[in-house]
Amino acid sequence: MGKVFAFHGGIHPPENKKQSTRTPIRKAPLPKLLYLPLQQHIGMAASPLVNIGDRVLKGQMIAEPVGRISASLHAPTSGIIRSIGPHPVPHASGLESDCIVIESDGQDEWIEHQSIEDYTKLEPGTLIEHIRRCGIAGMGGAGFPTDVKLHLGDDHIVNTLIINAAECEPYITADDMLMRERAHEILGGIRIISHLLKPSHIMIGIEDNKSHAIHTLEQVLKGCELNIDIRVVPTKYPSGGERQLIKLLTDIEVPSGRIPADIGIVCQNIGTTTAIYRAVHHGEPLISRVVTVTGDAVAQPQNLEALIGTPFADLLDAANVYENKLYRLVMGGPMMGVTVEHDQIPVIKTTNCIIAATIDEMPPAPPEQACIRCGMCEQVCPAELLPQQLYWFSKGREFDKARHHNLFDCIECGACAYVCPSSIPLVQYYRFAKSEIRTEEAEQRKADHARQRFEARQARLEREEAEKEARRKARAEEAARAQQARKNNENAAATAEPAQDISALKTAAAVARTKLKKAQKALDAARESGEGDISALEAAVQAAQTSADQAQKALDSADKPSAPTAPAAGADIKQLKTAAAVARTKLKKARDALKNAEDKGLDGLDKLRATLSTLEQKAEEADKAFKDAENAASSSTEATPAAPVDMKALKQQVSIMRTKLKKAEAALEGLEGDERSQAEQALEELRQRHAEADQAFKAAEQAQIDAAAAQGVDLKQLKIDAAMARAAVTKLERALAKTEEEQERASLEAELVTARDKAEQLNKTLQQHEPA
Amino acid sequence: MSLIRMSSPHVYKANSTANVMRLVLLATLPGITALTVFFGWGTLIQIVWAALLAVAFEAAILKLRRRPLGFYLSDGSAIVTALLLAVAIPPFAPWWVTAVGVFVAIVIAKHLYGGLGQNPFNPAMVAYALLLISFPVEMTRWTSPFVLNGEGWPVASFMDTLGAIFGSVEHIWYDSFTGATPLDELRHRGGLTTEETWRQSLVLSQGIGAWHAVSAAWFMGGIFLLYRKIITWHAPISMLLALAVCATLFYGFDPDSYADPFFHLSTGATMLAAFFIITDPVSSATSNRGRIIFGASIGVLIFIIRTWGNYPDGVAFAVLLLNLAAPFIDLYSQPRSYGHSRANKGRGGKA
Amino acid sequence: MTTVITAILILFGLAVVFGIILGYASIRFRVEGNPIVDQIDALLPQTQCGQCGYPGCRPYAEAISNGDAINKCPPGGQSTIEALADLLDVEAIPLDAEHGEEQAKTVAFIREDECIGCTKCIQACPVDAILGAAKQMHTVISSECTGCDLCVEPCPVDCIDMIPVETTIANWKWPAPAESRNLIATDRGRGELQQQEAH
Repeated sequence: MGKVFAFHGGIHPPENKKQSTRTPIRKAPLPKLLYLPLQQHIGMAASPLVNIGDRVLKGQMIAEPVGRISASLHAPTSGIIRSIGPHPVPHASGLESDCIVIESDGQDEWIEHQSIEDYTKLEPGTLIEHIRRCGIAGMGGAGFPTDVKLHLGDDHIVNTLIINAAECEPYITADDMLMRERAHEILGGIRIISHLLKPSHIMIGIEDNKSHAIHTLEQVLKGCELNIDIRVVPTKYPSGGERQLIKLLTDIEVPSGRIPADIGIVCQNIGTTTAIYRAVHHGEPLISRVVTVTGDAVAQPQNLEALIGTPFADLLDAANVYENKLYRLVMGGPMMGVTVEHDQIPVIKTTNCIIAATIDEMPPAPPEQACIRCGMCEQVCPAELLPQQLYWFSKGREFDKARHHNLFDCIECGACAYVCPSSIPLVQYYRFAKSEIRTEEAEQRKADHARQRFEARQARLEREEAEKEARRKARAEEAARAQQARKNNENAAATAEPAQDISALKTAAAVARTKLKKAQKALDAARESGEGDISALEAAVQAAQTSADQAQKALDSADKPSAPTAPAAGADIKQLKTAAAVARTKLKKARDALKNAEDKGLDGLDKLRATLSTLEQKAEEADKAFKDAENAASSSTEATPAAPVDMKALKQQVSIMRTKLKKAEAALEGLEGDERSQAEQALEELRQRHAEADQAFKAAEQAQIDAAAAQGVDLKQLKIDAAMARAAVTKLERALAKTEEEQERASLEAELVTARDKAEQLNKTLQQHEPA
Repeated sequence: MSLIRMSSPHVYKANSTANVMRLVLLATLPGITALTVFFGWGTLIQIVWAALLAVAFEAAILKLRRRPLGFYLSDGSAIVTALLLAVAIPPFAPWWVTAVGVFVAIVIAKHLYGGLGQNPFNPAMVAYALLLISFPVEMTRWTSPFVLNGEGWPVASFMDTLGAIFGSVEHIWYDSFTGATPLDELRHRGGLTTEETWRQSLVLSQGIGAWHAVSAAWFMGGIFLLYRKIITWHAPISMLLALAVCATLFYGFDPDSYADPFFHLSTGATMLAAFFIITDPVSSATSNRGRIIFGASIGVLIFIIRTWGNYPDGVAFAVLLLNLAAPFIDLYSQPRSYGHSRANKGRGGKA
Repeated sequence: MTTVITAILILFGLAVVFGIILGYASIRFRVEGNPIVDQIDALLPQTQCGQCGYPGCRPYAEAISNGDAINKCPPGGQSTIEALADLLDVEAIPLDAEHGEEQAKTVAFIREDECIGCTKCIQACPVDAILGAAKQMHTVISSECTGCDLCVEPCPVDCIDMIPVETTIANWKWPAPAESRNLIATDRGRGELQQQEAH
């Protein structure tokens, strides 16, 4: 037996362990309903694999682990999944959490499961994965997923394995009884852990008040090939605290904020070793555990092997609870356990004890008195803190200072509160301070995150703005460049490629004509007066004539291709119309000019005639192009009603037709003879078209109404309208509440009434059309 | 079913502030007995008078502060304060001296700072120091030893003492019972050497036994408190050690000018201070290390004040000075917590 | 005469020496310009709600550093005011009710079947916590929502609710123990009352 060291502080509360060790571990009766919280361990909550109404078999996985630190969950018995939802769980807050509820069918039918023949032949990773699949989490109280601890050998040098059998809390005897009755399983479990972690030294830390268990373990360990040491430590609370036990057995302290593996130590609880044994040698997942049911309010304090998820009430019944004496129900020990508010709360993987206490056994704490700084708390603190300083800081909300006094090294063992003569709930103060600090940190994190997002958004908006600005600039530059280019082109076109720009050509032709006229005038004047160099003038006129002809020719050649291309280009009808109109006007002007010339008997009549004929031709062309385009357009409008219909466009079409028709009728009256018959024909055509359009519109409308009737109007639109109307009403109401002026109020009220009516109407329609 | 919900732990040690105070009172019994045996009924009368006053003042001030009387009075702290003050003032001090003292202790030194647990100074010592400065005549007129059974010493009956305290007896009468304390004798010895003083002084040569006995009685009470874990050894032992070391050094160096260490430890209020005054948890340092520093500093200060100061005994001043320093000591004497390689120092946090 | 000159020379020499020392120290131990605005900004809750009258937390931080009052931040509440007072070494003053009152933490929630997909709330959200596109239903990423309620006003159909953050096991906090030491006379027996309630 090795040397045992000491840790600072500690207390000796009344043990109260004898009551529950008189009878062997008994199987608890199968409960009707089992509540399985998805989170029974530290880490992420498991995610359900089953649905309501499914039948599950005993040992079937019903929730799988999420992420690295998590544990799976198995059905403790066969039955039907009744619900998945909030149910009270054993937690200090008394709040609810998601649970899977199984109604047992009483058959307790196992799913097919298999033991591992020889685990030593398995890859360690596979073996650990098997243990993970079995949902094993530390059964001492914290519920840390065991597979994570078993992986510690991967990145740490583990030379010492400590099996925590101290069970220092009063009342609890679950581990004690386990050691008395299932020492072989414990040894088997230790073998597996040892195989995985390969420690050089294994220690079982056990308090000296469990002589029976010590004896049994010694018997089992006789002849064991492993280097296992049973270290008996003096009974003192909290020797079972992980860090305290390590100090007791090795005299090494785990550095603050680190884990034992950092100093080469891994701790496992006795209960966890048996769970590992059963998982490996029987293939059974963690679905039951030994629970001490004790306290003065039960007639037969004892240890029960209970299925995970069994409500406390069933266990209390099994131990014959005195309902009327029950005052306080504690899950866990009296020093660190949590109170539960009612007895439908289920056993979870970490439930080692249920204390049903009477009021005499655990009376309510007397009112808190002033701290007299007696320092007793400091004498018992196993973490060597200054509890009363922490108390002052927590109370005064000086959390920075509390942190500086190592608040987070507090293990909340309750020794300080136990000895406090002023009955100060010290532990609650520390818990309060810790959760305040944690919340503050979380808020700080969130604030920083929000700031980052805000700044990112701000940067994005600025960037977008800048980009927009840049685009705008680029566009402006582009435009300027284009302008410049065009100018350059124009200049070039005037000299090199006159065919390119009609307007330039026109100007050139006009200029040439003017020059010609001037030259001719000069020639006429010269001829009349008989002075000057007539021949030179004639030559000049000739030259001017040539250049004017050339210009005209160029213009014509440029003009001609541009006119016919327009209709082919797919017809901007409006443009075409304008072009036709222009052509007609030109024609008219030319005709006028011709008439004038004929009247006056001027020269160049032939030329004018020629121009007129070209113009006529052009006007015809333009007209034709326009008509073609219009036909095409009307045919396309005629086609539209067949397509899923722009009702608005249709409507417009119809009204345009109607207008045209009216105009045509009006024009008809003023006409005679041939024209009249022609016009009548056109009118007939128009009428027909109008009728067609109207029909199309009506058909479309009907179709829409039919569709609406069939599918319930345009629900979305209607909903939006209704919501808008409602919003308008609330907005008006708000405004009304704010305004005080009489007149404004009156008008607002009137508005409100209309708005309400509208909203109501819309709502009604909505209700009518909404599929029930 | 709805059960109670509260934070762990769910069991408590049967222990209360009132219990602590009761044990302290119990531990003062030997000292009170010794004082009564050697210095007459005066001490007992003063204790009862002071205790009555203390409860009355406490009740009045609680009423003024609108606090529930029963809850706060039952902690017994006022009585302990009164008792410590009563045993410190001379047995024949007039009633109003005690009254002023208790008033200062309870009202000013304790409640004006916020009541039990909030007072930075030891209330009894604040009151004592104030009385010593305000009424030096009354406060230094200590009774001669053996007033109960003569053998060459004057004897005072219970009624006479009562009368003397409450002013119905002429001053001259009880002047005959009063004398200097050993510390007084040694302090005001003129140019004599220590040994000469011892020989010359009646109190020193014959009466010193009474003081030794009283100190022994306080010491016994202190051992009881240590045994019951009401106090820790740190402050008293370090104080006594520091005092003894200082005295030994100086006595060894110059025995003619300085008193021997045993004399320092066994006279005056040394033992009372070591086990009952400086262990007052409210105004002393918090941690064990802090208490060692606190106690040792008081020991050194007591020696300094006794040897070179104006007052014969320096316990009250030493304690008050260190009360002042206690928060500072706390900041720099935090224990090394589990899992930390070094102890934290300073206040931590901002500002 | 020589004495006077000596004295002057010595003093001059001293002045030079100390001047050099001071000059060196000012370079060697120069403190980087204290980014007080950053420190203030770090204390603000970053809801970017604008209730203080500034367009975001940072502008308010800048305003504070230029002497604006520290009590204009309702989301931060009294604790933020105290932290600011601590940082700036000024008196902690109560929250200015003009800018709103301290409320429980909330998170925005869009009633999705009423949303018309107008994207107005997306544009209003200072931390991009609303997801959606035009004509598509929007939703709030609740973990990113700061509860600033800036999205509520722009919604044309009023489909955004600010719902208080629910207490779950994950975010439950231990309450401070009930004060009993500062019991006043009228509260006498409160301790016993609690016990009775507990029965």
